[in-house]
Amino acid sequence: MPKVEVNGLYKVFGSSPLQIIPLLKKGMNKATIFKKHKHNVGVNDISFTVQEGEVFVIMGFSGSGKSTLIRCLNRLIEPTGGSILIDGEDITKASTSRLREIRRKKIAMVFQNFGLLPHKTILENIAFGLEIQNISRSERNEKAAEMLKLVGLEGYENAKPAELSGGMQQRVGLARALATEADILLMDEAFSALDPLIRRDMQNELLSLQEKMKKTIIFITHDLDEALKIGDCIALMRDGEIVQTGPAEEILQNPADDYVSNFTQNVNRVEIITASSIMRRAEAIVLEKSGIRTAAHTMKELGISSIFVTDRSGVLLGIVTIDKVSGLIKKGTEALANIIDNDIQTVRPEASIDEIIPLFFQSNYPIAVIDDEGKLKGIIFKSTVLAGISGEKGECV
Amino acid sequence: MILNSKIPIGDVTENGIDWLTENYSEFFTGIRDSIETIIDGLFWFLISIPIPIFIALIVLIAWYLSSKGTAAFAGIGLFLIQNMGLWEKTMETLALVGAATLITLVIGLPLGILMSKSNIAEKILRPVLDFMQTMPAFVYLIPAVYFFDLGAVPGAVATIIFAMPPIVRLTNLGIRQVPGDVIEASKSFGATSWQLLFKVQVPLAVPTIMAGLNQTIMLSLSMVVISAMIGADGLGRVVYEGITQMNMGKGFEGGLAVVILAMLLDRITQSLSAEQNVSGKAYVKNLLAKRVKNKSV
Ligand SMILES: Nc1ncnc2c1ncn2[C@@H]1O[C@H](COP(=O)(O)OP(=O)(O)OP(=O)(O)O)[C@@H](O)[C@H]1O
Ligand SMILES: [Mg+2]
Repeated sequence: MPKVEVNGLYKVFGSSPLQIIPLLKKGMNKATIFKKHKHNVGVNDISFTVQEGEVFVIMGFSGSGKSTLIRCLNRLIEPTGGSILIDGEDITKASTSRLREIRRKKIAMVFQNFGLLPHKTILENIAFGLEIQNISRSERNEKAAEMLKLVGLEGYENAKPAELSGGMQQRVGLARALATEADILLMDEAFSALDPLIRRDMQNELLSLQEKMKKTIIFITHDLDEALKIGDCIALMRDGEIVQTGPAEEILQNPADDYVSNFTQNVNRVEIITASSIMRRAEAIVLEKSGIRTAAHTMKELGISSIFVTDRSGVLLGIVTIDKVSGLIKKGTEALANIIDNDIQTVRPEASIDEIIPLFFQSNYPIAVIDDEGKLKGIIFKSTVLAGISGEKGECV
Repeated sequence: MILNSKIPIGDVTENGIDWLTENYSEFFTGIRDSIETIIDGLFWFLISIPIPIFIALIVLIAWYLSSKGTAAFAGIGLFLIQNMGLWEKTMETLALVGAATLITLVIGLPLGILMSKSNIAEKILRPVLDFMQTMPAFVYLIPAVYFFDLGAVPGAVATIIFAMPPIVRLTNLGIRQVPGDVIEASKSFGATSWQLLFKVQVPLAVPTIMAGLNQTIMLSLSMVVISAMIGADGLGRVVYEGITQMNMGKGFEGGLAVVILAMLLDRITQSLSAEQNVSGKAYVKNLLAKRVKNKSV
């Protein structure tokens, strides 16, 4: 069963919206209806499904109906027609109290303008969804503190939203949504108000959270790069309709019409992938602080066979492998410095994928991404590169 | 078209009031007694606080909520009042204003909330509020006396009617001003309308509501002298007697006490409406922060 299934969804704004649906079914378009009947079509006969754990991205120019569509999914906007099945239950038929239950437990939302409560502290904001459910203060604060840590905002518990930067505020928005343990996340241009660098951070963060949490995410953006980066499946909207749905690759290769190719032109998949967009967080040990035993322990914990070594300031020194480390342990010598292999390949974060691929032929280790000062920023594995090119992280219906 | 005969607005009003006083006298006596109890209770509470302690408390509150300047003003002003021998009169006035404000809040806040929630209520209440506020306050005295006899109660009632509009208006405004995205976010997490109202809208409207409270208190004070004309006690009586006895000094002293009271209440309630970085609050916050830090070290 799909997690979310939308069938023939309509939303018409105006005084008698129901009368407009037959006209739409006959094929009258949004512009004519606006001119002749003074009704505004927000969503026009939309159907799609989202599988559990999938990231479904909705794209389209301004006014194409993205926000209207996503708000229909939790009925912040009341649909005019059609059905929305969440775990098989048609929520368009849900009673007010059932709907409230669904909003509390199943669907959480992250907003473009954050929508934080200015009079509450960060911790209280994160706990807000739980407070609404009348969960006791101690229990909800505990959960909120956990989420706060998850999004990296320790120390800001008692700050007010206005004291935080945009990026930090959106982390709060995300943490608030995660705190309710809803398994569907609706994100309406959640990162659009952030500057590009922060935005990229947030995308990476969402991806790494998603790896752990496997939420079902419906994400709106009008940035194609963002869509390609985080989406398993992309839907393109125009005038309230979905023009094309499919995995990123398919949309890039076979645009359904000019509107779609307009969106996707100038995008060369191989070029737009940079080292920073596919790298994973680097697990590394610090030379001065670690002996061979820490190295062995860390590798065992992470289940990896080699690990990068940096100095105290994060500058990359080289890599050590598990065989060499265990060899040393058997011999009883301690000096980690002696077995560091510095025959590793490194790239800059902005390096494109065609610079990266050849490096794998020259080295057996993962590739290290370093900045101008030689500090380790991330790691790229062979498998990630391949996944990055093919663009297919999963099937999508 | 000009009518020759006069439309009997005045007569009808008078007859209506007569009818009400005759048929609902118990109702009005009940209200009268309750308001009287509140005013008296408040007065006895205020007068039972020893003067030095009272002054010290007000100075502290002024410093905490407003500024050192206000605190100094409070100290000097209250000392002056005591020195002029007007302490008891001032407490009577304070009790009258306090009771009127309290009742105004109890009626005005729900009305303001209702007005913010329903466009129909807003359409109906808006002209009523305009009427209440622009009708010269003297006019309220007549029916107030009719219904409630002479004394502090009709004064309080006239004051309540006259001072009600700002609190209703600003409660409405404050709630309507809460940003749509905050409300949307709260709904998306499954807030009920009550939760939305009391956890989001009202808290966010508090500064605006406080601005309304400030105006309400100021309007109440402006009624003090007028109420004295129908027998309310307090500073108004002092001023009123000053006028009728052509006693310039007495009238001025009473007036001065009213001004001091007004300025004090204004400064203190104004600071509630704006989250300023007031000296006292910042100082206390710092102290607390330091204590917590020391504890955790
Ligand atoms: N409350 C409303 N009343 C009338 N029309 C509306 C309302 N909300 C949205 N619309 C209309 O519905 C259409 C879709 O709007 P929507 O906000 O969903 O677009 P969008 O794709 O989210 O745009 P953007 O990228 O600018 O956020 C637009 O034509 C808009 O004018
Ligand atoms: Mg939008």
